[in-house]
Amino acid sequence: MKKIKWVVPTFYIIFLMLPIYWLLNMSFKSTTEIINVYSLWPQDFTLDNYKTIFTDSTWYMGYVNSITYTVFNTIISVSAALPAAYAFSRYKFLGDKHLFFWLLTNRMAPPAVFALPFFQFYSSVNLFDTHIAIALSHCLFNIPLAVWILEGFMSSVPKELDETAYVDGYSFPKFFFKIFIPTIAAGIGITMFFCFMFSWVELLLAKTLTATMAKPIAAIMTRTSSTSGYELGLLAAAGSLTILPGAVVIYFVRNYIAKGFAMGRV
Amino acid sequence: MNKTLNQKAWFFVIPVFALVAFNAVVPLMTVVNYSFQETFGSNVFQWEGTRWFKEILHSERFHASLGRQFIFTFIILLIQLPLGIAIALTMPKKGWGVPVCLILMSMPLLIPWNVVGAMWNIFALPDIGFLGNSLNSLGFDYNFTQQSGDAWFTTILMDVWHWTSLVVLLSYAGLNSIQPAYYQAAEIDGAGRWDIFRYIELPKMKKVLTLAILLRFMDSFMIYTEPFVLTGGGPGNATNFLSLDLVKMALGQFDLGPAAAMSLIYFLIVLLMCWVFYSLMMKDEGRT
Repeated sequence: MKKIKWVVPTFYIIFLMLPIYWLLNMSFKSTTEIINVYSLWPQDFTLDNYKTIFTDSTWYMGYVNSITYTVFNTIISVSAALPAAYAFSRYKFLGDKHLFFWLLTNRMAPPAVFALPFFQFYSSVNLFDTHIAIALSHCLFNIPLAVWILEGFMSSVPKELDETAYVDGYSFPKFFFKIFIPTIAAGIGITMFFCFMFSWVELLLAKTLTATMAKPIAAIMTRTSSTSGYELGLLAAAGSLTILPGAVVIYFVRNYIAKGFAMGRV
Repeated sequence: MNKTLNQKAWFFVIPVFALVAFNAVVPLMTVVNYSFQETFGSNVFQWEGTRWFKEILHSERFHASLGRQFIFTFIILLIQLPLGIAIALTMPKKGWGVPVCLILMSMPLLIPWNVVGAMWNIFALPDIGFLGNSLNSLGFDYNFTQQSGDAWFTTILMDVWHWTSLVVLLSYAGLNSIQPAYYQAAEIDGAGRWDIFRYIELPKMKKVLTLAILLRFMDSFMIYTEPFVLTGGGPGNATNFLSLDLVKMALGQFDLGPAAAMSLIYFLIVLLMCWVFYSLMMKDEGRT
């Protein structure tokens, strides 16, 4: 029984890794080799594709842009969601339940619905093609998610903690920053992970709201198919590089993921 | 937890409220505005009443893409939930296997969606892709750019690849929160593997599984980028899901009125389904 158990996750992981391997494999081939020779590993190993990306500013600026707005968005979402989640987890107030559901409905709105109005709206307030525009627009789905996850974590902290602190003479801000935030640090970590993740992978809004200055890497990739034929090698290299930031983030939160999932709602 | 009544709590919620309202209310009102009017370009609008809504609700094209969307979402839930639970049950519970599994399984979740589409495109191409080439050399006549059945197969496989890990992570967290005492009690009672799953693990996972269904329903119902890159809705209209069709109408043909009406109907469907899930979930939470 023990031995058989390993089979399912192992096969699943192999299945997950195959397309990623194929992408890496192609990124080390030249485009002519990709089209003409079918092979399971590069016959003529080359780093040219990566060299192009790291030397051409239209390419590497895409990564800078994507990381910039993703970090902006994570900071905005989490810092706005912290007090709100505290309010939802500790107090009753007029319209609290409706407000909570209304927030969630924005996580449910199909981005395709919003693409065109967003373009017009952000153009009219002169934010079109800026990092802050994408960061703000991603708040649409990241803030509800952040409030939701944080509320779950905060509700698992007993209310006695707050009361004891007040009895000990802590003021609210001092209690919040000195005691409460360290207590739910794991939860904040998980929330930041999710905000980073959803902002990093979203493309429809990011692409609609940018032209040249803040264009995300994932949108620049679509360029390879329109100009100079279909540069599969470059496309594969650029794609492989988009996996890296995610992998780095997962590595840092690996110990929190299981614990965080179990404690909070997500 | 018993909460105290405090209207000042609203001040804590104001930043969130302002940010989301800024993003949601103005664009949503723009959509509502368009849905009742006809445009002739250069900001000339004409009131059309409910004409677009009636047209969309009776159009074959909308019925077809809505139907495809429901079938797709249904198949996705049908595959991903049992598969995710099965993998979570067989995952190692302690030791070095845990971080390895968690890291490798989370990988697909953190890849930008159009990269997922592009990756599966070159993975499934019949001549140079591993999947396509292998299937063809095994004797299958596989070509996802030509045959609609193959296109469906590839899209579903891609989504299973992309999102099953989310169900795995959620179920795994749910399983981890079960106290060992439950298992010991089950052992004393002589419960079999199936009984443990049916009467201990499944009820304990109910909360996270509802969340998994909710998230998977929402996201698969809104799927756009991956099929857009993989198949572009084709061949023909075979994988033309709701979002793809909507963007084609709004940005491709610039039929703003019908597209806006379709957006609202689309949004209302998602909202209705999610409200049902949400109230089920909250009802459970109130009880425990």
